Amino acid sequence: MIPAPFDYSSPTSIQEALNLLKKHGDDAKILAGGHSLIPMMKLRLATPAHLIDINSIPGLSYIKEEGGFLKIGALTREAMLEESDIIRNKYPIFTDASKLIADPQVRNMGTVGGNIAHGDAANDHPAVMIALRAQVIITGLQGTRTVPIDEFFHGFYSTAVQAGEILTEIQVPTPPKGTGSAYHKLERKVGDYATAGVAIQITVDGSGKCTAAGIGLTNVNATPMRAKRSEDALIGKKLDDNAINQAAHFAALDCNPSKDLRGDEDFKRAMVQTLTKRMIQKAVSRAK
Amino acid sequence: MEKEITVTINGTAHTVKVEPRLLLVHLIRENLNMTGTHIGCDTSNCGACTVLMDGKAVKSCTILAVQANGKSITTVEGLATAEGLHPIQEGFKENHALHCGFCTPGMMLRAVELLKHNPNPTEEEIRWGISGNLCRCTGYNNIVKAIQYAGAKMRGDKLPSTEPQFV
Ligand SMILES: Cc1cc2nc3c(=O)[nH]c(=O)nc-3n(C[C@H](O)[C@H](O)[C@H](O)COP(=O)(O)OP(=O)(O)OC[C@H]3O[C@@H](n4cnc5c(N)ncnc54)[C@H](O)[C@@H]3O)c2cc1C
Ligand code: FES
Ligand code: FES
Repeated sequence: MIPAPFDYSSPTSIQEALNLLKKHGDDAKILAGGHSLIPMMKLRLATPAHLIDINSIPGLSYIKEEGGFLKIGALTREAMLEESDIIRNKYPIFTDASKLIADPQVRNMGTVGGNIAHGDAANDHPAVMIALRAQVIITGLQGTRTVPIDEFFHGFYSTAVQAGEILTEIQVPTPPKGTGSAYHKLERKVGDYATAGVAIQITVDGSGKCTAAGIGLTNVNATPMRAKRSEDALIGKKLDDNAINQAAHFAALDCNPSKDLRGDEDFKRAMVQTLTKRMIQKAVSRAK
Repeated sequence: MEKEITVTINGTAHTVKVEPRLLLVHLIRENLNMTGTHIGCDTSNCGACTVLMDGKAVKSCTILAVQANGKSITTVEGLATAEGLHPIQEGFKENHALHCGFCTPGMMLRAVELLKHNPNPTEEEIRWGISGNLCRCTGYNNIVKAIQYAGAKMRGDKLPSTEPQFV
């Protein structure tokens, strides 16, 4: 399978990339890791006339803690997340997720920015970013703007990134003391997209009461989804079986899965329920 | 519009003019006639097309040749040296880790990267490590043994037995 013809540029600065995006308008697409875009181009599901490869732009690949945020550069590869000490020690939810994203070769290429910018509810980082209440930095010729994750996903393959803009960074607020996080997805085999996936971040105070909760769901809604009622069912409560079961029950009710080869609606809801319960328990056990 | 790119493959620099839509695997197989890199699925799933790009295992059916401009590629043809087989090749040979051989080049290149990062992987780490490479023949057990053998050889440890184990 061979993509339809296109023109290609490989700018070496953000400014140059933005100028090219402006020049080519809707005909242009950004190429990051290429592991969602190139398969789609080979199937001719995407036929951009111009590809703007951002891989030669220096300074877009980093993981650092700064000013109350964990900052992840858009071009950071999944493999970098897997190998990062900051991530392993302080943000285990990313280690959970990257292990389950595709396979080692894909993770050597796929980027965190691309995973989110693709706007696919089947991808794993969106739910994680929802649980962590991340914000996305988008750069255009007018400057940069910050978009909260809850306003980022607009629809199928559609996000807050507009024509002429580049997603440049993802910022995750540094979690307060007493916070734990976890992610798991049910997959049929390595490299498969989630049957259902659940991302949790929980903060508990000294008395064991939940003071903050973030819950994101993968591939059980048209867009990556926040399980709002489930969060509310936890906040202010002691995290006993009752509260956890209630949150899991709401997540199963509130998601909107559709039937496909991975299972029917009821099965997926049941999986959301089980995963929500287990991931809350795991996040709480990791809280520190 | 064609682009001129320079890609170093197994130590030799090739400067070629290519259409941007040319895939790296086609550059290697068709333009440069190195057919050791296989196309199994063409859908980014099987890993048969795996090569090393600047030392990292990647699926060459999902990378444009223009993306490899200025980069260094290792294919299966680049593993053996004048001194003989690469330890991973020896491991596959000694452990009967291939039947039809279609998956073997990709499997070996991914194993080389794995052993570089983790010279003494556990069986589980090996199985996760090759989870992006499908083999329809061997059942994987001998591939795992081959990688363990290559690891031992590269570390200078005593080589594990290559006798078949019946379980
Ligand atoms: C076999 C296989 C299995 C996979 N399994 C999983 C999985 O289990 N879970 C999962 O989450 N993903 C999976 N993926 C997808 C993979 O993680 C992709 O790499 C990821 O979805 C997209 O990242 P990318 O960097 O490759 O983006 P690209 O493919 O380069 O781009 C994707 C889209 O985002 C846009 N884009 C990219 N970067 C930016 C940016 N900085 N600013 C603006 N727009 C941008 C592009 O224009 C394009 O429209 C799989 C892929 C393959 C091939
Ligand atoms: S041919 Fe590239 S992954 Fe199968
Ligand atoms: S030996 Fe035949 S596919 Fe692996």
